[in-house]
This record gives sequence, C-alpha cells and structure tokens, in this order.
Amino acid sequence: MEKNLPSGRRILVLGIGNLLWADEGFGVRAVEAFGRTFDLPASVLLMDGGTQGLLLMPHIQEATHLLIFDAVDFGQPPGTMVLRRNEEVPAYLHSGKMSLHQTGFQEVLALCDLLGSRPPEMALIGLQPLDWDTFGGDLTAVARDSLPPALDLAKAVLREWGAEPRLRRDGTPGEFLFPRALQSSV
Amino acid sequence: MSVYETQGFRLDNSGRRVVVDPVTRIEGHLRCEVNIDHDNVIRNAVSSGTMWRGIETILKGRDPRDAWAFTQRICGVCTGVHALVSVRTVEDSLGIRIPENANIIRNLMHATLFAQDHLVHFYHLHAMDWVDVPDALKADPRETSAIAQKISRWPNSSPGYFRDVQNRLKKFVESGQLGPFANGYWGNASYRLPSAVNLLAVTHYLEALDFQKDIVKIQTIFGGKNPHPNWLVGGVPCAINIDGDLAAGAPLNMERLNFVSSIIDRTIAFIDQVYIPDLVAIASYYKNWLYGAGLSGQNVLAYGDFPDRANNDSPDNLLLPRGAIVNGDLSTVHPVDLRNPEEVKEYVVHSWYRYPDETKGLHPWDGITDPHYVLGKKAKGTPTDIQELDEEGKYSFIKAPRWKGHAMEVGPLARWIVGYALKKPEFKEPVDNLLGTLGLPVSALFSTLGRTAARGLEASWAAHKMRYFHDRLMANIRAGDTSTANTEKWEPSTWSRECKGVGSGEAPRGALAHWIRIRDEKIENYQAVVPTTWNASPRDPKGQIGAYEAALLNTPLSNPKQPLEILRTLHSFDPCLACSTHIMGPAGEPLHSVKVC
Repeated sequence: MEKNLPSGRRILVLGIGNLLWADEGFGVRAVEAFGRTFDLPASVLLMDGGTQGLLLMPHIQEATHLLIFDAVDFGQPPGTMVLRRNEEVPAYLHSGKMSLHQTGFQEVLALCDLLGSRPPEMALIGLQPLDWDTFGGDLTAVARDSLPPALDLAKAVLREWGAEPRLRRDGTPGEFLFPRALQSSV
Repeated sequence: MSVYETQGFRLDNSGRRVVVDPVTRIEGHLRCEVNIDHDNVIRNAVSSGTMWRGIETILKGRDPRDAWAFTQRICGVCTGVHALVSVRTVEDSLGIRIPENANIIRNLMHATLFAQDHLVHFYHLHAMDWVDVPDALKADPRETSAIAQKISRWPNSSPGYFRDVQNRLKKFVESGQLGPFANGYWGNASYRLPSAVNLLAVTHYLEALDFQKDIVKIQTIFGGKNPHPNWLVGGVPCAINIDGDLAAGAPLNMERLNFVSSIIDRTIAFIDQVYIPDLVAIASYYKNWLYGAGLSGQNVLAYGDFPDRANNDSPDNLLLPRGAIVNGDLSTVHPVDLRNPEEVKEYVVHSWYRYPDETKGLHPWDGITDPHYVLGKKAKGTPTDIQELDEEGKYSFIKAPRWKGHAMEVGPLARWIVGYALKKPEFKEPVDNLLGTLGLPVSALFSTLGRTAARGLEASWAAHKMRYFHDRLMANIRAGDTSTANTEKWEPSTWSRECKGVGSGEAPRGALAHWIRIRDEKIENYQAVVPTTWNASPRDPKGQIGAYEAALLNTPLSNPKQPLEILRTLHSFDPCLACSTHIMGPAGEPLHSVKVC
C-alpha cells in the first residue's frame, strides 16, 4: 500500500479538540470526515487527538510531516479558515485567546522542539469557531459548512507531501475513528 | 472576622485573601483560597472542588459489568485505577474469584502506573515548584557534570551533554516561546538550588519526558490501549498464547512478554539512577523548608493494595499496607473496615449536595449524591463568577469523608507512614536511609518535602514490583497456567437478585474505594470515594478541616503575588490538575493571573 510515498516519510493527520463543546470538536470532526472521504497511502496515519497532551508526543515525534486540524480563536469572523506552515504553527496556536487544549498542544509542540524532535514539516488548518461554549453541542452550521473547504486544503497539503488522497469509490468503507455512537450525525 | 481552633490548628480569616483558581475544562477541579497575615503567613485555607463529577448518577440503572468503563473516566491521569477498583467492587458483590494470572497482570499494570505516574508527577508537574528553569542557563555544565557523576552512575553525564541541553534551552528561551515553562515564578526567593543543580533537573525533565512514553506501552500490551486500557469483571481481557502471534488473536506471546521485561529493566534503571539521586540532591537544598505537614503528622489512612495472591484482601496479603493512624500515635496502626457503617462516612454540610439531615454522615452504601449548588451568605461575586467563597456555607463539590470522625490524609506519604509504623523493612529501611543521608529526624517526614520524598521512594518500590510480578507471571506460564479470566458468573442469571460490594485499592495519589448495590441485574447505587475527596475535603459539621487546608496553614509566602509555596504544597499531594491562579488584592481586584501545571 506504500503507493506514491517517498521512503522514510511518515505523515500524521491529527484532529484535536473536544467533541463535547460544539465547535471545539471541529478538528476531530474534520479528521473523521477526511478518513471517511479519502483513500490514503498506508503510511498516512489519521488520529483523533482529542484533548490529550503529553500522550500525543510519541506520535508527533515519529512523524516527518504533521497536519493539524483545529478550532483556533484568532479574532476573525466565524467560519474563517487559515492554513499555516512550520514556524507559524506554534506561534499561531499561541496567539490570541484560546481554549485549554490548544494551550496544552502548543506546549506539546514546544517540548518536541526542546527534545529536538519536532516534525520537519508542519501545517495547521485552523477554523475560527462560532460557538465553543455550549456543552454537549454538536458543530454549528458554520463549522459544518467549513468541513469541505478544510478537507480541500488538507488534500492539497497531502498532495504536496507526496501522499495524494483519492476519493473513495462508492461503497468502500471509510476509515472509522469512532464507534458508531460517537460518529458525527452530519 | 472569625477565629477558631480545630485539630490543633488556629484558623483566622481576617487577613488578606489570596485566591488560587484553576480552570476546570480538562482536568482541573480545584480552587483554593487563603488568608494571609501582615507577615504573609497563611492563617486560613479553603479548598474547593469546582466541578461536579456526576459519575454516580450516570451509573444508576446500568449493567454492573460496564461500571469500570464509566468510572475509569473519572480521571484520565491515574487512568486504570478506577477501573481496577470498580471490577474489584463488582467481583466482591457477585462473589467472583479471579485467576492468579489475572491478579498478577492487574498488579503489573498497576505497578506500571505507579512508576510512570510518580515519575511524571515529579519531573513534569512538581519539579518546577523547586527548580528555577531559566536559572539553569547560568550554570557551568562542567559543574553539573561533576555533580551528576558524583550522585549517580547514569551514563548521560558528560559536560558536553549538559552543555548541549543548555544550548537548546537557551535557544528555546530566546525564541520567546517558553511553552511549559511560561508563567513560572522564576527568580522567586523561595527557589534555593544552585544553577548547576537547576541544569541537572531541567536535563532530566527532558529525559524523563522521553522515557515515560515507553513505560505506558505496558498498559497497551495488557489492556489494548492507553489511556483507559480495557478491564474485565472476572479477570483481565488478554489471552496468553505463548507461541502464538497477534494474528492468532493472542495479545500475550513471548515476544510481547520479553518487550515488557525490557521496559521494566529500563524503568528500574531510570528511577533508581536518575529520579532518586535527583530527589536527594534537590531535597538537600530544601531540608530547612519543612512546611506543609498538615494532617500527615496526625491522621493518615491507607487501604492497601497489590494483593500478593489472588482473592485475598487481608492486610497480610497486601504488599502496600492497610491501616489508619490517628492523633499522631505511630505505635498503633488501626485496622480499617470499609464495610463497617461506622468507619467511612461522608458529610455534605459544606458541600454542594443535599442530605435529609446534614448534621450526620452517610456510609457510601447508603450514600446520596443529590447536587445542591448554593453559595454561603458571605460569598462575594455571583454563582457563575465567584470572587470569594464563604467557608461558613457550602463551598465545594467535594464531599467531606471522615474515618471514625477524623479528617485523614491519604497518598504516598500516608502509605509510607503506615508501612513505617508497622516496621515493615520494605518501607522503614528506605525511609531511614533517606533521612540519614539528609541528616533529618523522622518528624521531617511530616512535610511537603516528606510527601514528595515518599512518592519517589514509592516509585522505586513500584518499579521493582513490576519485575517481581513479571517474574511471577513467567513462572506461572512456564508451569502451564495460562488462565486469565473466570467467566462462571458472567451471565446475570447466575447472580443474586440483590447484593452489595466494596472494592478498594491505592491510586498513585491515595486511597480509593467504590461501593455498589446491585438489584435485578442493574446498579441501584454506586459511590466512589476518591483520594482527592479525602485530601481536598472541605470542612465537616464540627468545623474540622481537610488535608489540603491543613497543609497550607502557617506557611509563609515570600511574595504573595507569586503563591509558589501554595502550589508547592498543593502539588505535593499530586492533585492532577492544571490550575490557573488569580491573585486578588485586598479590594478583590485581580493582581495577577497565571496558569500553573
């Protein structure tokens, strides 16, 4: 299955966030939708990072290429999406007001840096959330509508990294990160 | 103004109030408020859990065989502990006996958790209360190297090695993104380590970070995943097939068991050659800072854990001791009976719950978890934005558990004091050696530093127990015993219509027990009294304070705007929370806000 992937390249696509707080779950929903939509080379690992901090470190350290989906508050209108690269990623995660898991994740990247094992290539696909304060809420319509453009951005990044995602043919089962009960209803 | 005396402490809330408040969304559950006098000495302390756990309510009406999966989510840090105690609780209520291998594997996973949790706590959650990170940049790496080589035979100790770490740290600090080191109280007068030792500790912070991720692989081998590995009522959910491979559906084969063994060797080496020498080196500079005794010199409680043989929870069979010490009398270790309705009782007069009669406590089998959020009359702020709690009213989502009416401290220090009082050599000898090395009397144990030291000694103890249980497992397998589960009573039709049980153990941060009542195959009532319930307990109807509250009293703050000493003592209990502190001025205006981990 190692099609089209340069040897030694390990790509991690990581969705971070909290499914219990509405748009806070965007990153996790995005990686879920990505796996459901695309067929990927075997060395691309999809991961629901949830709100885990230190436990994500070994996975990040092993990656040569890290793509992160996340909801980031950068003071723009809800639904605004950004793609940021490499040095901009931790700085971006660090800017502005943000929720707890992002602070934790920025620390995780900092620690990887300090250990000399930060992935050489990093990209962040960040969404300005509308609502990240409603406990038990699903994604808002704004965040749901942002999933397709987020997936397009991710597809372009992976193509650039030599791991072209291909649309699943009808009927091929996608990559399911969750038990059925936790899958997005949208 | 109110002044009163309890448990030998004098509480006075007339001075300036300092509020230390965590953020609650991930794992913070604690708020702490203290009053300080004119000399900045803490004279009153209030500990408040600001998040409702609610697991007990979720469990009602569910299948008792599923309870472990829910209770495990109480905490993602000491991850397997609640599951372990939960399966013990259900097995106790249904009269299920587990195979020896299941007991051994549970103990091995549990010892692994102890070693990993204590290591991470020391280096990543607590060390920065003692270690001034930026000061490490001033160190001469040759001096650090000389110290490292003097105290340990750990190989990473050359001047070049420490210089390399120092350079990385320098680049990191200069980038302006301090990450985990942001917002420290760097330069505070309460830091006492020379620069060379600060560099040693920072270096090992990084090494420990890299190493701890290997230890947890043991959980994934036996439990399928981490955090929240899988457990099973009646045994453990991993089949042993020594010659098989994963494709044959056998998670435990020779290759995996050898891998576990290699992790154990490295865990023992890291703890004994890095953690323990660092602990001694750091403690030697703080041996005059013996604040934070709290209840530890009076009342400590341990339920015990690590049953040597399966299906026997008598104290003689428990490798971590069980017992209670009251009023500082180390000559008597009292037996503890969790089934006795007169021993463990929970009070809610100062907790955000409701009982029909709040002057009385309830044994957990008869426990009630009925939330009732109401602030005391003198509280400042609003119910959704509390400025100051009123400790004369209800002020915490944590109940107040008492053992025979006493507030108790639980945790590594409690366990090691009980082991010491029982004169068990496994506990007494390491304590006496450590005290001898530092030139401190036994009474020095009753302190924040003692709590931190006991945790280190226990990490080493646990690492060696990993080896012990792995050897036992191998011996059993060699003798042909590969049984890991007893499913005789798996089907609910084999159960009594009505039954109850209790399961107990020790989480890394203290004594833990669950109580269950089962009726018609479903959970009728479930109560968990967790370590933090004991240590972070609010006041009870007699006004008796809990362990955190007691430990903070009479500690001087070198700078009230930087409550380093409060965090040092609270962290010594390993409360597992990310806390954010807001320092309030006399008029209540926020002076400073910082996140601490």
